[in-house]
Amino acid sequence: MDMSQYLDLFIDESKEHLQTINERLLELEKTPEDMSVVNDIFRSAHTLKGMSATMGFEDLANLTHQMENVLDGIRNRRLSVTPELLDVIFEAVDHLEAMISSIAAGGDGTRDVRGTIELLKRIEQGEMPNKQAAREEPPLEHAYGEFEYHVLEQAKEQGFSVYEIRVRLRDDCLLKAARVYMVFEQLNEVGEIVKATPPVEMLEEEQFDREFLVTVVSKSPADELQKRLMGISEIDEVKVSRLLSDEPSAESEKAAEQPAVMEQAAAVQAEAEAPEKQTAKQATKMIRVNIERLDRLMNLFEELVVDRGRLEQISRELNHAELTETVERMSRISSDLQTIILNMRMVPVETVFNRFPRMVRQLARELGKKVRLEIIGADTELDRTVIDEIGDPLVHLIRNALDHGIEAPDVRAVRGKPEEGIIQLRAYHSGNHVFIEIEDDGAGISREKVLQKAKSRGIVSPQAAEHLNDQQIYELIFAPGFSTAEKVSDISGRGVGLDVVKSTIESLGGTVSVDSQPGKGSLFSIQLPLTLSIISVLLVQIAEETYAIPLSSIIETALVKKEEIFSAHNQPVIDFRGKIVPLVRLKDVFAVPGAADDGDAVAVVIVRKGEKLAALAVDSFIGQQEVVLKSLGNYLSSVFAISGATILGDGRVALIIDCNALVK
Amino acid sequence: MTASVQADWKVIAFRLKEEEYALPVQHVRSIEKMQPITRVPGTAHYVKGVINLRGVVTPIIDLRERFGFAPEPYGEQTRIIIAALEDMEVGLIVDAANDVLDLPAESIEPPPEAIGSVEASYIDGVAKVENRLLILLDLAKVLDR
Repeated sequence: MDMSQYLDLFIDESKEHLQTINERLLELEKTPEDMSVVNDIFRSAHTLKGMSATMGFEDLANLTHQMENVLDGIRNRRLSVTPELLDVIFEAVDHLEAMISSIAAGGDGTRDVRGTIELLKRIEQGEMPNKQAAREEPPLEHAYGEFEYHVLEQAKEQGFSVYEIRVRLRDDCLLKAARVYMVFEQLNEVGEIVKATPPVEMLEEEQFDREFLVTVVSKSPADELQKRLMGISEIDEVKVSRLLSDEPSAESEKAAEQPAVMEQAAAVQAEAEAPEKQTAKQATKMIRVNIERLDRLMNLFEELVVDRGRLEQISRELNHAELTETVERMSRISSDLQTIILNMRMVPVETVFNRFPRMVRQLARELGKKVRLEIIGADTELDRTVIDEIGDPLVHLIRNALDHGIEAPDVRAVRGKPEEGIIQLRAYHSGNHVFIEIEDDGAGISREKVLQKAKSRGIVSPQAAEHLNDQQIYELIFAPGFSTAEKVSDISGRGVGLDVVKSTIESLGGTVSVDSQPGKGSLFSIQLPLTLSIISVLLVQIAEETYAIPLSSIIETALVKKEEIFSAHNQPVIDFRGKIVPLVRLKDVFAVPGAADDGDAVAVVIVRKGEKLAALAVDSFIGQQEVVLKSLGNYLSSVFAISGATILGDGRVALIIDCNALVK
Repeated sequence: MTASVQADWKVIAFRLKEEEYALPVQHVRSIEKMQPITRVPGTAHYVKGVINLRGVVTPIIDLRERFGFAPEPYGEQTRIIIAALEDMEVGLIVDAANDVLDLPAESIEPPPEAIGSVEASYIDGVAKVENRLLILLDLAKVLDR
C-alpha cells in the first residue's frame, strides 16, 4: 500500500501529538499526582505509536512504544514522577521530534535511540537511571541504527563474530590516512568492515584525532585480529571487543514480548477512557486549508474589489436608485468578506509560544537556575507569514533572558529576591500592531559593562558615549558585533548576537526596543505589523508611471528648489536639516521613458536605511494608501530596487520600491 | 527531440511574424487580450513588464523580441498566451493565437538542421499538418535567461 499520500497528514498529526505530550509533561511536572494528565500523554503517545507503525517508521514506533510502557507504569502507580524520569521522557520526545522533522524533510526517520530506549527500559523495571552515569560513555562509541543492528545480528546468526575494534595511532604518526588504509586492508582480509567511527570519508581526510573505531564481522578469533593490526607500524594500541557476544538478544526478545501484552491492555483502557475527555475537546471544529488556496481566494477577491470599484463608478454616473442601492449592498458584503478572508490567515501566537515552556525548563535545568515562564495573551492573532518568522528571534531573546538575565538561585537569595526567577512572555494587540514582550526579573543590563564593551568594540566613540542616555546605551546591545556574554556559553554564544534579532524583526516591518532596571530586570518589546500582506505606501508619479514607496522607510516628503541641489563629486546632494543627503533621481535609476527634466522644484521623498538617508526625486506625490503586497512572480525573481508589486484600484500594477537598495 | 514526442500532442497554435508556432496545451493556462502592462525597470528588453492577471502579478515577454525579430505595434489580433512551467507563470505576447490542434506523433520531426539561426535552440521540433508547418517551442528554453 502506498502510504505517501498520508505522509503530510501523518507529519501534521504527529507534530500535534508531540506538542500535546510536551505541554502535558510540563504540567505533569507541576502536578505529578494528576492521572488525567498522564492519561492524556499516554493517549497521544499511543496514537503516535500506532500511526508510525502503520507508516512503517520502525524506530519511531519502537521508541514511542517504550515510552508508553513507562507512562503506563506511572498510570498504574508503579512508578513515580521524578525530574530524572521526566528528563528521560523529554529526551525521548526530543528524539521523536527529530525523527518527525527528518521525515518531514524527506528522510526515513531512522535514528539511533537505543540509549534512550535502554534508559526507558531500566525505568520501567523500577530502576531510577543515574543519567550522569549513563552519559559518561567513552568518547568514541559506535551508534547503531536499528537497521545496522539487525544486520549485525544476522551476521552473528550465520556464525560470524562481531568485533568492535578501537585503534589508537601513535602520537608521532605522520601519515594517519595511510595507517587507516593499512588497518582497513588487514581487516578486509579476514572479515568485513561494517562501520567506522568517524566515517571512512573523514578518516581518509585525516579528520580525526588519534583514535578511531571500526566494527567488523569476521570468522577469525579476536586475538588474530589484534595480532594483525599490531603488526602495522605506528600503531599505539588496538583493543578488540566482541559485540553481541551472548544471550542478551534472547532476553531482549522476551522483554519486547511482554510489553506488547501490557500495551494491549493499556490500549483497551485508553479507549475506554477516551470518550469522556473527548466531549470536552470537541468545542472547536477545525479544517485544514492549504495557505496557497487562501492566497488564491484572496487574489480572486481582490479582482472582485476592483470590479466593485468600477460598478460603483458606473452606478454614480447613471444615478439609478435601484442600481445604486444594489451596488452599495454589494460593497458592504464584500468588505465583510474581505475581513473574513484576511482573518483566515491569522494564527494565534500560541503556535510559536507553545514550544517555549519546554525550552525554558530544559535551559533552566542545564544552567542550574530556577525559572518560571508565564505566558499571557497566547491567543493573540498574527498573520501566518509573521508567525513563521518570529519564532527564532523569540527563542534568542528568551535564551538571553535565561542566560544573562535571571541570576542563579543563591545570587537571587543574597539579593533578597525569591529563588525562582520569572520570565513573562506577553502578546497583545494595539492599533494596527501586535506587541510581543519578554520581561525578566533578573539582574538587568549593566550600563557600565555595555558602554565599556561598545567602546572597546568601536561601536561607539568615547566622545559620543558621553552624551548617551540610559535608553540609548541599552540599545547598543543590538549593534552588530556586540555580545554581552562575558564568556561564550552554550546557550547564547552561538555566534549570533542580538543584531540578528533586530534585523529579522525589522525585515518583518517591526521594531524591537529594550528597557532595563539594574537589579530589577529587563524588558524587550517587539512591535510587529498585523500582517505582512498589507502595507502602507506612498504612491508617487514618475512621468506616466506610478510607484509605491513603503511608509516604513519614509521619514518625510519635501519640495526642493533647483538651486538647493548641489553636486558632490558628480553626485547630486541636498541639504536636509543640516545633513548632506544624496539625491537619487528615480527617473534615471528606472530609466523611465518620456521623463522630462527637473522643473524649478523637485519633489523628494526622504527615506532611510538604518542611520543612512537618501532623497528620492519623483515628479509628484499621489497619496498614501494601504496596498496588498504581491511578488513579481518566479520569472522575475530579483529586480534591482523593486521589492514587489501591488494592484491599484483601476486594476493596474504598481511596483513597490525597495528603498534599502537605493540607500548606499 | 524529447521523449515525450512519442505520443500525440495537443497544442495551441499561434502566429509570430509570418510563421506558425505551437505550445503543448499542458503549458498553456489561458489566452488573454492585450491589456495595460506595467514596465519593470532593469529587466531584459523582451520583458515588457507585468500585468494584473486576475489578482496575480504576471510577467510578460514579447516573443518577437525574445527571438530577435523586429518589434511590431500591437494590434487587434495581438494576444497574450499565459504559459506555465513548473512554478513559473509568464505571459507571451504573440501576433495572433489561432487554434488548438492535435499533432499526430508521426507528423513531428526534429528541427531542421539548416535553420541554424538564434531561434533554433528554442525549437523542440517541427510538424507538418496538411499544408501548415508548425514550429514546436521548447518553453523551458524560451524562459531560460
